[in-house]
This record gives sequence, C-alpha cells and structure tokens, in this order.
Amino acid sequence: MSVTREQVLIEALALVSDAQDLKELDQIRVRYLGKKGEFTQQMKALGKLDAEQRPIVGQAINHSKEQFQTALESRKSALQSEQLAKRLNQEKIDVSLPGRSQSVGGIHPVTITLRRITEIFKGVGFEVVEGPEIEDDYHNFEALNIPAHHPARAMHDTFYFDPHTVLRTHTSPVQVRVMEKGTPPLKVIAPGRVYRCDSDITHTPMFHQVEGFVVDTDVSFADLKGVVFEFLRAFFEKDIQVRFRPSYFPFTEPSAEVDIECVMCDGVGCRVCSHTGWLEVMGCGMIHPYQFTGLAFGMGVERLAMLRYGINDLRLFFENDLKFLEQFN
Amino acid sequence: MRFSETWLREQVNPDLTTEALVEQLTMAGLEVDSVTPAAAEFSGVVVGKVIAMEQHSNADKLKVCSVDVGGDEPLQIVCGANNVSVGMRVPAALVGAVLPGDFKIKKSKLRGELSFGMLCSEQELGIADSAEGLMALPSNAPVGVDIRDYLSLDDMLIELDLTPNRADCLSLDGVRREVALLNKMPWQPDEQKAVAIGHQETLGVTVSEPALCSRYLGRLIKGVKVSAQTPLWMQERLRRSGHRSLGPLVDITNYILLELGQPLHAFDAGQLSGEIVVRYANKDEEIALLNDQSVTLNDDVLVIADQSGPVALAGVMGGKDSAVGDDTVDIFLECAFFSPEMMMGKARDLGLHTDSSHRFERGVDPFIQRRAIERASQMIIDIAGGCAGPITEILDETYLPKRLPVLLRAERIAKVLGVTMAQGEVEDIFQRLGMIVKRQEGGWLITPPGFRFDIVIEADLIEELGRVYGYNNLPQQSLLMHAQLSSAPEAVLGIDRIKDLLVDRGYQEAITYSFVDEKDQQTVAPGEGIIALQNPISSELSVMRTTIWCGLLNAAYRNVSRQHSRVRLFEAGLCFKTGGSTGTIAQENMLAGLVLGSQLPEQWGESSRKVDFYDVKADLEAIFALNGLAVAFVAQEHPALHPGQTAAIKTKAGEQIGWLGVLHPTLEKHYGFGTSVFLFELKQEFVLNRCVPKFTPLSKFPSVRRDLALIVDENMPVSRILSEINGFEEESIKEVIIFDIYSGEGVEGGKKSIGLGFFIQNLTQTMTDTEIDGLMALVLDKLALNLNAKLRD
Repeated sequence: MSVTREQVLIEALALVSDAQDLKELDQIRVRYLGKKGEFTQQMKALGKLDAEQRPIVGQAINHSKEQFQTALESRKSALQSEQLAKRLNQEKIDVSLPGRSQSVGGIHPVTITLRRITEIFKGVGFEVVEGPEIEDDYHNFEALNIPAHHPARAMHDTFYFDPHTVLRTHTSPVQVRVMEKGTPPLKVIAPGRVYRCDSDITHTPMFHQVEGFVVDTDVSFADLKGVVFEFLRAFFEKDIQVRFRPSYFPFTEPSAEVDIECVMCDGVGCRVCSHTGWLEVMGCGMIHPYQFTGLAFGMGVERLAMLRYGINDLRLFFENDLKFLEQFN
Repeated sequence: MRFSETWLREQVNPDLTTEALVEQLTMAGLEVDSVTPAAAEFSGVVVGKVIAMEQHSNADKLKVCSVDVGGDEPLQIVCGANNVSVGMRVPAALVGAVLPGDFKIKKSKLRGELSFGMLCSEQELGIADSAEGLMALPSNAPVGVDIRDYLSLDDMLIELDLTPNRADCLSLDGVRREVALLNKMPWQPDEQKAVAIGHQETLGVTVSEPALCSRYLGRLIKGVKVSAQTPLWMQERLRRSGHRSLGPLVDITNYILLELGQPLHAFDAGQLSGEIVVRYANKDEEIALLNDQSVTLNDDVLVIADQSGPVALAGVMGGKDSAVGDDTVDIFLECAFFSPEMMMGKARDLGLHTDSSHRFERGVDPFIQRRAIERASQMIIDIAGGCAGPITEILDETYLPKRLPVLLRAERIAKVLGVTMAQGEVEDIFQRLGMIVKRQEGGWLITPPGFRFDIVIEADLIEELGRVYGYNNLPQQSLLMHAQLSSAPEAVLGIDRIKDLLVDRGYQEAITYSFVDEKDQQTVAPGEGIIALQNPISSELSVMRTTIWCGLLNAAYRNVSRQHSRVRLFEAGLCFKTGGSTGTIAQENMLAGLVLGSQLPEQWGESSRKVDFYDVKADLEAIFALNGLAVAFVAQEHPALHPGQTAAIKTKAGEQIGWLGVLHPTLEKHYGFGTSVFLFELKQEFVLNRCVPKFTPLSKFPSVRRDLALIVDENMPVSRILSEINGFEEESIKEVIIFDIYSGEGVEGGKKSIGLGFFIQNLTQTMTDTEIDGLMALVLDKLALNLNAKLRD
C-alpha cells in the first residue's frame, strides 16, 4: 500500500515538473487535489483503516500532499516567469524608429528678431505700440520736421497713393501718434513694416523697423548712449564694441549713427563691414526739446537678423522658401 | 562730395595719416564713404617727348617713335595710338616699368622693330576708366620726370557722404574749416582781391523775385580765349572730384564750386539778347538745356531770362543756346544766391539733379558771392585772358537769410549731454566754427555764420558741442526713469500665442509683400476696393493687398515648384481696402493660412492622407479654443473658393470674421498647383479677445451618457441640430458630441444617420432614469418637430 502511495507522489511530481504551461499545471492540480483527485481519494480511504494506522497514514498522505503542493507552486511561478519573459520578448519594439506625429513649423526669422528686440525692451517697462502703414504726409514727414521738398525726403524714396498719402517710410510716425495722445513719462517700442521705393541686392521695397523712444523730465544723451549700448550687447549676447557717430535726422538733435564692431570678423575687417571693422546698425538722437526731454532710436530688423544669423542676402526674407524658413525652426 | 587729399592738405595739413584723418572726419559727422587711390599702382613711367616718328614698315597701324626720356640717348618705342605726333609729350613706360595689373614692360620686338618701352594712355595708367589714344601732357611737362611726381598721383580720393544739414562742407574750404577745428589748427580762407577793371560795359539785371534771389552778381568779361588750355593741376583736381575738363571757362566755374561751394554760370554774352531778368517762368515756356534735354516749364520755376526768353534754370542748369562755345569771345559771368526754399524739389520735379541744385537746395553761403566772382574772374583772366568789367550787384537785404543770435544756456549743456564743459572750451569751439560768441549771464548768445543754415535753436548748438567734443567721449549711463508696474491684461490674447499654436500644428510663418500684382488681386478677391500705388516699383507690386492670400498663394506656388509637395504657411499682417463711398482707407490686421499636400508628413506609422477641410477647420477651432470665442461655420460662397467647400466664419452676433475654404478648382488650375489648396483668413481683432474665465461650481452627482442615432435629411448641417439642442437651455445637458455620421446601406436615400452622445449631469441631485428618459424624449420631440428628425431603427 505504502509503495503505491509513494509511486503516486513520484508520478505526480514528475507530471508537475513536465508541465509545459499553466493550464496543464492546473489540470494536474485537479487530478491530484480535486474532489476526485488522487490525494483526496487517499484521504477518503483513511476511514477504512484501523484507528492505530490512521494517524500514521494520514500524516504520510499529508506529507505527500505538501510535497506535491510545493512542487506545484514552484512550477507555477517558473511557468509564469517564463510566460512573462516570452511576452516581453514578443513586445519588443525598435525604439530607434521616429515618432508618429504632425510636423512642427516655425516662426519667420524677422518675427524671431522682432520678438527678441521687444522682449529686451519690455523687460524694462517699454510698451509696444503699432501704427498704420498707410500714413498721411503729416505724420510721416511734416510732424517730423521734414517739410515738402526737404532734401531728407530724397533719402526716403517714398511710395505715394496721392500727394498726401504715403506708405510709411519709417516707424517714426508712431512717435508722433503716441505723443499726440499720451502724456509723459513714455517708454515706447514701435515695431512694424516700412516701405521704400527701392529694390536691388541690398534693398527690398518693404522691410521692418523698430522705433523706440523715451520721454521724461530728465533724459540726456548719456541715457541714450546707455540704452542703445545695453540693447546691442543684449541683442548680440556679446560684449561688442559700440561707437556713436554724429549724423542728421530732422526730428532729433543731437543725432547719431550707431556702429558696432563687425560681428562677422570681430572688428578685424572683412567684406561685410567693407574692411572698416564697423557695421552701421542704428540711428538715434535726442527728440527736439519742448517741455520734456526725450530720446529716440530706430533700427532695421532685417539688418540685425542678417548679422545675428549670418544671412547674406536680404531678398531671402521675402521669398518664403521653406528651405530658408525651416532653418530657423 | 569727392576731393583729393593733397588739395585739402595744401592749406590744412594735420599730422595725421590718411586713415586717421578719415576716421576723424567720420567721427565728426562727415561720414567718409570711400577712400581710393588717385591712380592705380604703377612704377617706371616718366614724361617722354616724341622727337621723331616713322611708319612701321610691316604694320599699317604702328609707328616707330624716337622718344626723349631724359636719358643720354632717345629710345626707340613702337606705338599704335592714333594721336601720336612729333613734339608730343606723353607718359613713357620704360623697360622694367610695372603698369597696373602687374603688367611688366620688357624690351620687345614688334613685327621686327625693337621697342624699348611703351607710350601710355590714361586708361593704361589706371587714371581713367577709358581713353582714346595717348595721354597728352602739356608742352612744358619736364622730360624725364617720374609721372607719379609730375601728376602728384600719390594722392587719395576721399568721398564724403554728407547729411543734408551740412551743406557748408560741400566745398574744400568747408572741409578745411572742419579739419582745422578738429585739430585745433589756425585756418582762414584766402583773401580775394578785386580784379582790375578793364572796361566799363555792364549788362542790365532786373530781379523780379527778390524773395527767391536776394543777391545776384554779374559781370562782363570781354575777349576771353576759349581755346586756352586749362592748367594740368586744375584738370587733375577736377578729375579727382569727378569732373571732366570741358574748356577753361566751365573748368573754372566747376573749380570754384568745389573750392568755395558757390555755383557760377558763364553765358556767352554774344548769344544774350538784351538785359537779364530773374523771374518766374511763364507757363509752358520751353528751354533747351546744356545736357541736350528740352523741358517745358511750369510757372513756379525760377529762370534767368534775356529779352527773348529763358536762358537758364536758376541754380540748376544753363541753357544750350547761351552756353559758352568755341566761338565765344565775351562772357557774362553770373554768381547768385537762390533761396533753399525756392530750390527745394525744383530740379527733382524736372528729373534733374546737378552739383549746383544740390548745393542751392541745401544752402549756399549768402555772403560769399563777391569773393567767388572775383576769384573766378581772376582765374579766367589768368588762364583765358580777357578783361573784366564792373560787377553789377542786385541785393535785397530783406530777403537775405538772417543769422540771428541763439541763446545757449550753460546748464542745458550739462542737462542734454551729461557733461560739464569749461567756458573757454565752449567759446573756442564756436569761434573755430566761425560763429560770433557773446558771453552773458548763465550762457552765451551765439550768432552762426552765413554758411551755417542748420544753426537755429539751442539744440543745434548743443549738437555742435557734442560733435566736436566727440560722441564717444561723452558719458554713458543706464536709463533711470519713472517706473510703473506693467499691467497683465488677461482679456487680450497676444498674436504671438496664436502664431505659436499654428507653428505647433505644423505651420511655417511667411512674410510676403503688402503690395501685390493687380491681376492676382482681381483674381483672388474681385470687387474689393483696391488701393493702387502711384509709383509702384513694378506691376507685380502695384496695389495694396486686400487679402493675404495673394502673397501666400505665390509663396506656396514657388515652394511647390521647388519640389515641396506639402506646404503649410501662415502670415499675420495688415490688409488694405477703401471703405465705401467716402473713400477712406481701412487697414485691418488679418491672419491667414494656406495648406496643401498630405495632412501629416510622410512617415512609417500613418497611412498618407491628403489634408481635407476638417483638418484645417480643426486648426481654426484650436485657435478659437484659445480665446473661447463661439463661432459658426456657415456654408457661403466666395469667388476664389470652391462653392461646396467654403465656410464663412461668424460670431454669435452674426458678424463675419473670416473665411475657410478650398481654392476654386479653376484658380487651382490657373496657378498650376495640381492639388487642393486650403485657405483661411481671420480678422485678428476677433481672435485676440479672450474672456476672463469665471468659476462655476462642480457637480458632486454622477454624469450619465445617453446616445441617440438620428435620421435627418442629407443636406441638414449638423450645426442646425446642435443649435436646436442648445436652444433648450437645459442645464443638465453638459455636452453633446457627434460620434458618427453615416449614409448608405440601411439608411433611406437622401438621408443620413447621425450618432449623438449626450452627457447629462445635475448640479443638485442624482437624476433618475425616468427623469433622463423624459429629457431625452423632449429633445427628440423637438428635433422631430423642427428638423423632421427620426430615431434610427
């Protein structure tokens, strides 16, 4: 009898260790531990034994059952691990494949430059103001001390709609418009499109300017130099040399042109700076004095963008070739 | 203004290199545009004299010359120039000479004749861009002297780019004054003595418009020899300032113009009929000008006339008939002051621009005319002979420009420039600038000289101080001013946020010209009030855009033709329209986009699909999601768009704020895209407003979803159904989604099935099934009644 029991156990253990999946293992469990299972049958058969033998045999059966159950659990966890490993292996992907998505576009380099300029000035409380692009003669010229036939008009190459209506040749009319309405102190930046009747390798009939001005009770040329100098260093993120040259704008006095050390050759002299080591980047001056004092400055956005990014052809800005635009994404 | 450096240094010669001098001028506000050598690099060229000449036996065009170059023996030089002649003095390049372009002269044999050098033209010496024949040197040119020394060719040409306010530096004397000032050197313009009067004849002059010509000087110089040779030194100086030599009289007036800044004109007195009148032109009066151009005049142009008609455009150009020619014997020399106000724009209006008009427009010294005419007379007599008559001067002092004293307050200097300047320094600077300085309490009264038209107010004086002191020597400080906390307006959405959204959705920002081709404009937006430029740069850029689409379509086409099959562009900017009958111009900020090609870039994981209406609509909806604006897309026709795939975008109030649609197939073909092009345009004004959010309490009760499948007419816009449901104003219906649209098998022809999902939730209680069923029944009834909708079986 005991031989039989041992054989049952050996056979059961062999089956467990041979089981190939969890389903088969469960069938083995039922076969031995189910209601009609072999170990269950053995326990049921205990009643037929002597009272003396019963505890001994019972203990032996229990021992077999425990052994079987331990083997079963261990096999189960082995099979589970195996199965997980198999799944994980099946689920392996090529992580080097590109992600699925919509493309991401980009902002035009002129806008990028405009944003950087306005951001620098907004940080110290300048307000951004825009004005009309079709301007009247008064705001574009007269109010800026450029009467009809003034030689300074020849520098502007104006587009006309009629004798009194023009495409603005600069962003300075915004200065006039703000001062008509506002009361000092004023700190304003006026970005926008401007137009000149001129088109060649270095001129496009439309381009962008940023005009900035400050009006307060006590503003001096030293402040003007300071604000221009600090702006240029902030814009180019470099401690570049800056110089101020006397110049002429009808609506500011003193007036200055601002040169920076050539950013292409670090001032050594190259084709871009005509071997002078300097690049003209801005005009500025003190606003004609009345009750308040003021300073104003103006810059060409494309020019700054070209210097910043090393773009060598102005016309590229308005051709909108994706191969160009995407370089700034 | 271009001039020779040696000419400048003849009177004011600071101890500076050319480079330092140029830097000094630039930094004083007289910007130097270029510095170029007067002649190209060459060596070994001397003055030669042709002493004998023979025809080359083997070549028709060559001459064999014997040339004295100052050596022991004359040299044999073969020459091919037409103008070579015996006795002529010419530049001779000797064996060993190096001409411009590193061209070395060697002993050579030309068709059998030995040649020990080369006779040169101006072009070969790099003095002129072109030449006809050899450079003929004056008959007194010293044989054997190096040509570079003889012609002073070791000289630089300095070109100034002067700002309009500095007319005083449109002359050598003006620049000399500046250089002397900057280097603290003494300098005064040369004294000019009156020439001896040789005859008493005068020509009567009447000035009818003294306001425009407050000073007019004229004199007759009789018996001049127009064939006289202009001295080489003068020819060279003129050449270096860009003037060709045109005979002694024209050369001398040009020379005075360059030296003193005063334009003069010499008339052939023999061609003048009667007295001179300075008057306005009669309307449609004509004049033939020196440059062979004939112009018809308006009656706002000032002319110099004789009794037969105009003989010169005052201050601009002389007439052809009265010009000095080969037969001229007597001349009438004019030297006048024309007011800048009169001159401004006049030459330009006639399409002219001369050295004379350039100077008068900006202002010529009104006190220099007598000096200028005396100096010119002296030079004419010295060079071309003749004898001068007395000067006729017509002067009206009431119209002569006034030079009024300007008050300069010492404290203003510090306030504007941020620097304190010593009294002596201030006075010294102004005196060197030719101004009269009078000290007074707290400052000075400063009277500018005649040649400064730009000193009128205190700021003008302060600018002069800053300029001479040196802008770069002035202090610099960080801007300090009244600060205010900036506001953070929440109801305004920046255009940058919307641009970034489009960028994130795959769009590239474009910037196109605000002016477009009128034909394109008419094609894309016919009937809009077009604003045309009077002076467009080309017909492709002739009218202001009424829509950004013109620019985007061209940009897209350019990219398509450069092998881009997928284009997503947007642009923000002004569009321009005339507003109705009043003709006022409306300038409105718009935002437009263009999409063509596949919805997604070609990739491994998504099947390629052409972009469609709803893809682009989703981009717009994303924008409206940013600002919370409720809009309706209403089917409407647009001349440029596909009639069946176009929506007008409207606000709740019914105001149209934009368009979305597919480019009309006819236009698609017209442009040659070969694929559908989607376009949208929105008024920025409506996009940039945002509602500040307002909190509503959250419901604690569960939300229930109920679905309805409705059968409606195929043409029924879904928006009608949704607005019908919204019309309920039933608070429990939180959201309605469309989860399916179906037509085809199982659905009656001409109908479609729409699957709607309702999300129902009450704020105060859990809704019972009965309540929800009741609500859905109400919805269904209303849809059945108003839209003839049926529940799908």
